Amino acid sequence: MKEAGGDSLTIFEEYKNWIGNTSDEVIFEVEKGAIRAFARAIGAGDFPLYTDEAFARRQGYASLVAPPTFPTTFFIPMPGVNVPLSRLIHGEQAFIYERPIVAGDVLRVQRKIVDVVEKKGGRWDMLIAKTEYYGRDLQGNLVYTAKTNVIIH
Amino acid sequence: MELVWGELSVGQEPESLVNPPIDKLQLVKYAAASGDFNLIHLDEETARKNGLDTIIAHGMLSMGFLGHYAARLAGVNGFVRRIQVRFSKMVYIGDTITCRGKITAIDEASRSVVLEIRAENAAGEKVTYGEAEIVLGG
Repeated sequence: MKEAGGDSLTIFEEYKNWIGNTSDEVIFEVEKGAIRAFARAIGAGDFPLYTDEAFARRQGYASLVAPPTFPTTFFIPMPGVNVPLSRLIHGEQAFIYERPIVAGDVLRVQRKIVDVVEKKGGRWDMLIAKTEYYGRDLQGNLVYTAKTNVIIH
Repeated sequence: MELVWGELSVGQEPESLVNPPIDKLQLVKYAAASGDFNLIHLDEETARKNGLDTIIAHGMLSMGFLGHYAARLAGVNGFVRRIQVRFSKMVYIGDTITCRGKITAIDEASRSVVLEIRAENAAGEKVTYGEAEIVLGG
């Protein structure tokens, strides 16, 4: 009996083929309202770089600055992986910046599966999919890299 | 709580950041702001159907707290160059999350500081932890 997205056996047979899968480029426009809403949601509405544009400009920024974890809003599904959400656990996350992201940025983002490893033990075998997002500006300069490790059980 | 260049040393633990208890409104706001509408973070019944005792917070919310903690330490003239974490324990609705840090390296040439960072629940258990690199301004 197969559930949607394939049973464990199917996944364990297929996963080696996922390595190298790369999504299409997705364009994300960084909006002031989205930065403010995100800042308030993490309890950081009092930090003026996120919410007060005139203040951010006085510090030398073009506009509002995005909180460090803001690129989580630039979500792209794992390319070529059809596994139900209920079987995924977010294991590790990193954001590495070449420069801060500010409102007005238009970013071209791609997600790539860089590795998949099997983890044995416990009651189930698991897979860890190591994925990376690359966010570039319209000139092609890298702005940030996000590393997202997903546990598939 | 901003770090001041010239007053830093390895092993130093900057002032912690205590967040208010996570309530449902915060989870609704975070779902909307992040685009993660997984109902285990919003709906008690869905959480229980998925084998949880109650609603759990988004892991990325606890990382969001840590990201903001790092940004506060960097101050308005500094910049969080890197933040990386592992999610080690679930965070439940009602939990009070405290962010703590400890300086592990200081680089004079780049005016940057590396810190171990961790988010703890009220029992002092590490729920999300890792490292941040901050570049300090002038």
